[in-house]
Amino acid sequence: MAGPVPGTGPVQHDGVGPAAVRLTGFGFRHASRRAWAVRDVDLRIEPGQRVLLAGASGAGKSTLLRALGGLLEPESGDVAGELTVDGAVPDRRRRPVGMVFQDPDSQLVMTRAGDDVAFGLENTGTPPALIWPAVDTALDAVGFDLGREHATAALSGGQKQRLVLAGALAPRPGLLLLDEPTAQLDPDGAALVRAAVNRAVADRSATLVVVDHDVEAWLPLVDRVVELLPGGGTVEHPSGWRPAPLRMPARRVHSPGEALLTAQAAGFAYRGAARPALAATDVALPAGRTLAVTGPNGTGKSTLALLLAGLRAPSTGRVVASPALTAGLRRPGLPPHRWPAVELANRIGTVFQQPEHQFLTGRVRDELSLGPLRSGAGAAQARATAEELLERLGLAALADANPFTLSGGQQRRLSVATALATAPRVLVLDEPTFGQDRETWAELVALLAEQQDGNRALCLVTHDAAVVTALADDVLTLGAPVPA
Amino acid sequence: MSVPLALGPARPVPLSAVNPVAQLTAIVVVTVVLLVSGDLVTPSVLLVAELALLPAAGLTRPGDVLRRTWPLLLSAAGVAWVNVAFGSLDGAEAWVSGATWALRVVALALPGILLVASTDPVRLADALTLHWRVSTRFAYGALAALRLVPLLAAEWETIRLARRARGVDGGRNPVAHVRLLASTAFGLLVGAIRRGSRLATAMDARGFDSGITRTNARGSRLRPLDAWVVAAAVAVCAVAVTASVLTGAWSPALS
Repeated sequence: MAGPVPGTGPVQHDGVGPAAVRLTGFGFRHASRRAWAVRDVDLRIEPGQRVLLAGASGAGKSTLLRALGGLLEPESGDVAGELTVDGAVPDRRRRPVGMVFQDPDSQLVMTRAGDDVAFGLENTGTPPALIWPAVDTALDAVGFDLGREHATAALSGGQKQRLVLAGALAPRPGLLLLDEPTAQLDPDGAALVRAAVNRAVADRSATLVVVDHDVEAWLPLVDRVVELLPGGGTVEHPSGWRPAPLRMPARRVHSPGEALLTAQAAGFAYRGAARPALAATDVALPAGRTLAVTGPNGTGKSTLALLLAGLRAPSTGRVVASPALTAGLRRPGLPPHRWPAVELANRIGTVFQQPEHQFLTGRVRDELSLGPLRSGAGAAQARATAEELLERLGLAALADANPFTLSGGQQRRLSVATALATAPRVLVLDEPTFGQDRETWAELVALLAEQQDGNRALCLVTHDAAVVTALADDVLTLGAPVPA
Repeated sequence: MSVPLALGPARPVPLSAVNPVAQLTAIVVVTVVLLVSGDLVTPSVLLVAELALLPAAGLTRPGDVLRRTWPLLLSAAGVAWVNVAFGSLDGAEAWVSGATWALRVVALALPGILLVASTDPVRLADALTLHWRVSTRFAYGALAALRLVPLLAAEWETIRLARRARGVDGGRNPVAHVRLLASTAFGLLVGAIRRGSRLATAMDARGFDSGITRTNARGSRLRPLDAWVVAAAVAVCAVAVTASVLTGAWSPALS
């Protein structure tokens, strides 16, 4: 059957109903890369099946999803083997494919919920009279009940992602591809999205392929688990398979030492905001202990981290550093947010949610010696510190690589290492395990457990219950925001 | 780590009933007349008409008006000052020339502020693509990019804080401050390109610009009101020019 000539009219669906996927010896290598991103994949997915695609970071899961979605241009790399959807090379002009990616903010286009769902239908040339009924069906399918007129900017992450899903479903795709759809959401938002997916594919009107690090949460929703191997090829896990349990670090619990940093009724409000981003909070960070800050989104967890890290001034209350921490400062009476940056980095290390925000140089080695150099260490000593950290964090082989080219897990380890390079007594980390695979998770948690033994005070802002179990001595749960 | 900023649908105000392309046409008419005129009377009359439209654009509180217009008022004052201080004229003539320039700047820019205050960006893109055949790739691409601007503001703040956390700040050295600003801007640019390419991929996946003729779910209707708005703009311009000629002030810039 011939597809329509581009530019002539609405999409002709070759078949309604779920798509069949066939891969035979499929591989893809990005232009300018020596290694294959995906290799030797043989896979048959029957119409209506739900498949979870597992595998370590860098195994090529996202590349495979993009190939299935017809998003890999032939000129962008080398293709091996064969990949067909419903017997043909994927072509979005012939039959729409629904795709959902990680970050909801870089997927929404329109300012109103209904308009955004309609966007894909408009693109496929759907007659206007048919668009709104299809929009309503899609919104209903994902359980989005805030109405078509709701402003997209005013939605929570989970609701936004639910809307993105509705937009992907509206053109009635035969194949729905989800690329870590919950990686940037809090547990409530993630559950919301999984429930929406469950509801949307309940009638098996679309074949589903999901990639997600949180394998366990998706198991009840899928029929099969296929693991992509880093060196190429796949393994099909038998039904009833469960991922290996997380490797918990061995750790010694220390009795609380002196409180290095204390928040005293510290709160923060943006100028002109109706309610504070963080209500007045009292908390102490004693040496040798780890505090986990948890609670739903919008309660000011990240804001509290910024206050404790000396990066933002509290708008009410204060953050006080102990004499042990202020020793050596020219003006020890100043609050942390007024310390010179170098002095701050020597005393309080901060690791941000997105590692790449923190990278300042073009080489991993330079990244690690930057802190010591700025705080006045000699070149030789800075080099020694960098070498030691490279060795300990298993980054030695990457010493000359550009930090921005590292994998997500490697970037995360490097960002923690850069904070450790200046040997601060206090370490503040915002969602350190966000979107990490199990291997990286275990490495990271082990690294942080080591820091506790160094008599440091740690503060972790996290949604990850496993991290709290693994590391936290004390837990501060921030409450739901007070309605304005 | 968010900054309370967002691009939302514009709240409907009386002027929203006017199709954006009619508003743009009226703006073009007013702009041409202002550029041609060189006197004080023409911009004064047009400015009075524009100010009369502020309530129709939902700008009734002086605070709201000031919040949207302060950069404009500041630049108008700057233009006037430059004319008075460095112009070739002296005394009262210099002041008239300065006032003329200031009024022209305000009268030129105010219609744009009225348009932004009353027009939903999506409706603007719809109207441009449907009536003026502006490419959908450009109009909706720009719309999607516009959504990312508030996110950039939040990202700027995060990069700045992340640098301080790494021990990098300007201290008391102004040169270091400038270099820090430049490197923060570069970091922001890198982030914006990455985010932009993610957005482009997502739009690709949703079939945007795939060669199929796009339909429009909302449509964009032109009604008699829109013709009246353009006619009214022409009429007000005619009144302004007539008043200017009758008072003997008319001195077209192109003569």
